[in-house]
Amino acid sequence: MKELSVNHLLGIKYINKNDIDLIFEAADQFKEVINRPIKKVPSLRDITIANIFFENSTRTKLSFELAQKRLSADVISFSAAQSSVKKGETLIDTVNNILSMKVDMVVMRHSTPGAAHFLSRNVNASIVNAGDGAHEHPTQALLDSFSIRERLGEVGGKKVVIVGDILHSRVALSNIFALQMQGAEVMVCGPKTLIPRYITSLGVTYEPNLRKALEWCDVANMLRVQNERLDVNYFPSTREYAQQYGVDKNLLESLNKEIVIMHPGPINRGVEITSDVADSQQSVILDQVENGVAIRMAVIYLLASKIK
Amino acid sequence: MSSKILLNSQEVNIILHRLACQLIEKHNDFSNTVLIGMQPRGKFLAQNLTEILTNHYGIENVALGYLDITFFRDDFRRNDKPLEANKTQIDFLVEDKNVVFIDDVLYTGRSIRAALTAIQSFGRPKEIELLVLIDRRFSRHLPIQPDYRGRQVDAFNNEKVKVQWIAEGASANEVFLLSNPS
Repeated sequence: MKELSVNHLLGIKYINKNDIDLIFEAADQFKEVINRPIKKVPSLRDITIANIFFENSTRTKLSFELAQKRLSADVISFSAAQSSVKKGETLIDTVNNILSMKVDMVVMRHSTPGAAHFLSRNVNASIVNAGDGAHEHPTQALLDSFSIRERLGEVGGKKVVIVGDILHSRVALSNIFALQMQGAEVMVCGPKTLIPRYITSLGVTYEPNLRKALEWCDVANMLRVQNERLDVNYFPSTREYAQQYGVDKNLLESLNKEIVIMHPGPINRGVEITSDVADSQQSVILDQVENGVAIRMAVIYLLASKIK
Repeated sequence: MSSKILLNSQEVNIILHRLACQLIEKHNDFSNTVLIGMQPRGKFLAQNLTEILTNHYGIENVALGYLDITFFRDDFRRNDKPLEANKTQIDFLVEDKNVVFIDDVLYTGRSIRAALTAIQSFGRPKEIELLVLIDRRFSRHLPIQPDYRGRQVDAFNNEKVKVQWIAEGASANEVFLLSNPS
C-alpha cells in the first residue's frame, strides 16, 4: 500500500513523481464519487480543517471547502479581512490559536512566498499551500496535469506552453515543476517584461511569438493577466496584450492541429482568450474546475491518512 | 505461513452453480434485481456467478456492478498506510431494486456495514441481500449474516481465508486456509 512521501503539501518541488501518481489515482476515484447522486463520503468525519486565506480567492477557496465537505470533514474558514491579523497578531499566533481548537489541518493562502513552509516548521498540523505569493500553487498544478492526462491520456511526452504573466505567476512555477516531473516538455511565452530572467535555468524554453508557440505545443495554458500585481507598466495596454498574446478562434483554426486550451481562471474574456475559444470543444476550463475538487479531495484524504 | 486447501476447483464450481440456482429461485428473471460485487475480491465471484446465470441458465441482461467501500470504512487513520480505493462501477439505478451484495469472504461484517452506507449514494434499494462464498463463523463484529452462503468455515483469528480466481491469474478457482504458526 502506497502513501505520500510528505506530511504537508507545500509545493510541487517538495514531492515526487510517485506522489503525483498516487494523488491522481485517488483523484480518479473521487471524481467518480463527485458524480454520484449523493456526492459525499464519510472518510474524514473525525478531521477538522481550517481554511485561512490572507489573500482574495473565490474558486480555490470554494473548491477546497467543497472537497473538505465532500469528505465529511469539519471545516472552519476565515479570511484575513475579518481576522485578528488586522489587529496586529502574528501568523504563528493566529494559527496556534486556531490549532488550540483541535484543528488537524490548515489550508493557507498568503501573499508571502514561503509562508506555508514557515508555518509547517512552526506549528503542529498538516499544512496545505493554497498559494504563497508568486511562489507555488501546488493543487492548481496538479489539477492542470490531471486535466491534461484526462484529455490526452498521459502527461509524459506532451508539449505544453504556458502563456502570459510568468513573472508573477505561482501557477506557472508549480506547473513547470509538475509537468517536467511527469516527463512533459515546457515552453513559456509572453512579453519579455513578464518573463523571469532565470526561467531557462528551470529547463524550459522561451518563445516570444505566440503563433510559433502554439504551432509547437499540444496544450496551451493561458495565464490570467494579474492586474492587481502589476505595479508598473509591463506592456503598453491591455488591448495590445490581447492582440499579441490573446488566443482567438481565427488563430486556433489557422493551426494545422487541434490543441487543448487551459486557463486557471478567472478569465479576462477577450484578453487572454476570447469567449468563443473559452467555450469551445478544445477548452478544458470547466473540466479543470471539476477536477480541482477531485484533486483537492485526494490531497486532503492522503494527507489526513498520515495524521496520527 | 502454512496453507490448507478448503475447496478445490470442482467444489467451487458446484457451489457456484448452487448459489446461482438459489438466486434464480428467489429472483426469477432478474428483471428487478441487480448484482453488486464488492471491490476488490467480490468482483471475481460476481463475474463468475453472472457468467453461470447467463451461459448455463439463460438469464439475459443481468445487471452487474462493482462497489468500492474504501471511503466508507470505519478504520480510516487506524492503519499505517492510507486505504487504497478501487473503482466503483454502477451504471444503473438501484432505486427500488432488489440488490444482492456479493463478496468472497464474510469475516467481521464491517465491509458489508460500509457497503450498506455506500449503496445509499446510488439510491434507495427495495431490498438488500448478501451472498458470500465463505462465511467465517464466530468472527462477526456486527449483527450481519449472509442470505446465501457457499461454505461455512470455522477459522481462528490468526488464520486467513484466501480465495483464488482464474480471472486474476490463478491456475484454478480454489479456496485456501492460510495460518501463521504461532
